[in-house]
Amino acid sequence: MNEKITGAEALIKSLIAEGVDLVFGYPGGAIIPVYDKLYDYTDQLKHILVRHEQGATHAAQGYARVTGRPGVVIVTSGPAATNVITGLSDALMDSTPLVVITGQVASSFLGSDAFQETDVVGITQPITKWAYQIRRAEDIPWAVARAFYIANTGRPGPVVLDIAKDAQNGLLEWSHQKCTYIRSYIPYPKINDEDLKAAADIINSAKRPMILSGHGVMISGAEKELAAFAEKADIPVTATLLGLSTMPSDHHLYKGMLGMHGNIGPNINTNRSDVIIAIGMRFDDRVTGDTSKYAPQAKIVHIDIDSSEFDKNIKTNATIHGDAREVLEKLLPLINHADHSEWLKTFDECAKVEREKVIEREVFRTEGTMTMGEVAHKVSKATGDKAILVTDVGQNQMFSSRYFRYTDPKSILTSGGLGTMGFGLPASIGAKMGAPERTVCFFTGDGGLQMTIQELGTIMEYGTDVKIILLNNNFLGNVRQWQELFFNSRFSQTPMVNPDFVAIANAYGIAAENVETREQLDDAIARMLNHKGAYMLNVNIDPTDMIFPMTPAGAAVDDIMLNANEKFQIN
Amino acid sequence: MEKQLFTVTVFSENQVGLLNQISIIYTRRCLNIESLSVSPSSIEGIHKFTITTWSDRVTMEKVVKQIEKRIDVLKSFLYTDDEIVYQEIALYKVPTEQLLNEKNLEGIIRRHNARILEITKEYTVIEKSGHDDETEALFEELKNYDIRQFVRSGRVAITKSTQEYVTMFLEEQARRRAEGLI
Repeated sequence: MNEKITGAEALIKSLIAEGVDLVFGYPGGAIIPVYDKLYDYTDQLKHILVRHEQGATHAAQGYARVTGRPGVVIVTSGPAATNVITGLSDALMDSTPLVVITGQVASSFLGSDAFQETDVVGITQPITKWAYQIRRAEDIPWAVARAFYIANTGRPGPVVLDIAKDAQNGLLEWSHQKCTYIRSYIPYPKINDEDLKAAADIINSAKRPMILSGHGVMISGAEKELAAFAEKADIPVTATLLGLSTMPSDHHLYKGMLGMHGNIGPNINTNRSDVIIAIGMRFDDRVTGDTSKYAPQAKIVHIDIDSSEFDKNIKTNATIHGDAREVLEKLLPLINHADHSEWLKTFDECAKVEREKVIEREVFRTEGTMTMGEVAHKVSKATGDKAILVTDVGQNQMFSSRYFRYTDPKSILTSGGLGTMGFGLPASIGAKMGAPERTVCFFTGDGGLQMTIQELGTIMEYGTDVKIILLNNNFLGNVRQWQELFFNSRFSQTPMVNPDFVAIANAYGIAAENVETREQLDDAIARMLNHKGAYMLNVNIDPTDMIFPMTPAGAAVDDIMLNANEKFQIN
Repeated sequence: MEKQLFTVTVFSENQVGLLNQISIIYTRRCLNIESLSVSPSSIEGIHKFTITTWSDRVTMEKVVKQIEKRIDVLKSFLYTDDEIVYQEIALYKVPTEQLLNEKNLEGIIRRHNARILEITKEYTVIEKSGHDDETEALFEELKNYDIRQFVRSGRVAITKSTQEYVTMFLEEQARRRAEGLI
């Protein structure tokens, strides 16, 4: 018979058995037994002490997205549990595997409004893939195994385990068995041959097909299969924000980003294409604009692992339910070789207009205050287009994702679905810890940085080498842009009085410098990239700069503003 | 889109919190649950929810898929009234004295195919099962007798289909598991 151990120790042993070697967390009253046992396991399980529980969840998201393994968070009950809500919601929207462990008051106190009690399962059920309360020590190995299986199979997502304090202290005979099967849950459905054939027939008859590559391609690791598929049938590939880097930027079939601030070609051609092949994406409203005017002329082929996405936002003509890589592998032999060179040219014509009307002015300015676009362009270039881009939310996100170029897969980390300001700094910490061999460039704004700025302390403590590019316009720039365009330039609560960010970084022992003028930029970027360790550039940005092209919210996908006064005209 | 009454059935594992997981899917879309009944199903360990809602088909098809996405839900189905055999039960509490004055009490009970569950000096409890228009009809008639309490259960429903989809699902899962496919 095995020696009995406590639930707290069982939790740690089960985490290790699941292959976890890094957790993000913050101790507190209802989780002390776990932290006490953690003290004995620090050689096997490294704990990163964040400065706020929200930071733990975003760091874990960053770690999960670059490694493909679940990010693990340990926090206490009550306020700590409510502080992880934003990260859980973000992770559900962006299909990110997390296992979040919250302490809970002892089971005899449950429901009594005890100190630091909150209804964690009740609160988190709508924003998690699974939330479960553990009240008995002997349930811990089973629940942990189930949590990891659920979080990282099928469409990944966050899972919460809420562990009552008496379950942490209770004794059990520990043994851990990985979960590989839940009868009510089919993470990888059997792909239907008839669905494959129906989709192939539509694709083979297409004259103007286009591929919409989403995050699902990245999650399933289908980048090679995507390229093989696109090349065989000569189909242009466009990407959603989270699908960026699923095809290298310099691939001849890669035609740019979709969405509100995406490239002109992908958006305009959405309404000129005859067959749209959507892979691992969910027709978010930031991609579709007005759904009633979205590609009415096109047949829609939708490939996704989550069948509840089919016909949710856009009516489909064919669907294939399954893992993107497996589907593309099976579809490839059914697809005919084709030549769509005339159609491909139309993307390049749009790109030419975009370059003249938008990019020249944005990226290659020679006078005036610096723009976000030129900074992103230069940083990307200086890294050989090989860095991982982490963004915050807002203009910094749109500019950096547009003007970064991507060579390797899994090179963008951004809060797409939830649009969480404050996501970026902790996410970049997790990304660097998950991919220490890669350069991590974090683009942020003065608003978003200050939402989780306390995580500079985490960078300091662990010496995390994150390059922070603060695009500082002393404004909440994206809202400012909407106010200028749609609210008569009434800048309600968007100007911001900011601290000395370099002094703050320095106070945390992080090297930093102000970049006031264009002439200083190249050298400053070089210093940042050559520096061993974290570095912050506080870049002085033109506050009147706006992100274009832009499809206004609720407008048709092909209703594109080139600037405040000019719309893109279809020839 | 035209609204009609839909019946959703959900088969789930017997886990704490399932009802909340299902109901929040309705809440998010601001759908009012008309009636709800939960009970063990004919398959051991599996619970059955029967939920009725006024809505349109497109919305309800999305709701059913989102319900089925929950980890511990086995299957969820959408029906219109013509696809199911369904029933509700209603109880009526009426002052006994009022009923005694009624010459045609037997006629009412017979006509509505109702039955009497309990009689005391003070009150009588009548039971009637049927569709909601039928239980409503008896309610209207008994109104004259000063109804003290009235309660109607949620709908329970059985499909007219000859296929038992949940059993088939479980057999298929067991077969694939045995063959090492999952």
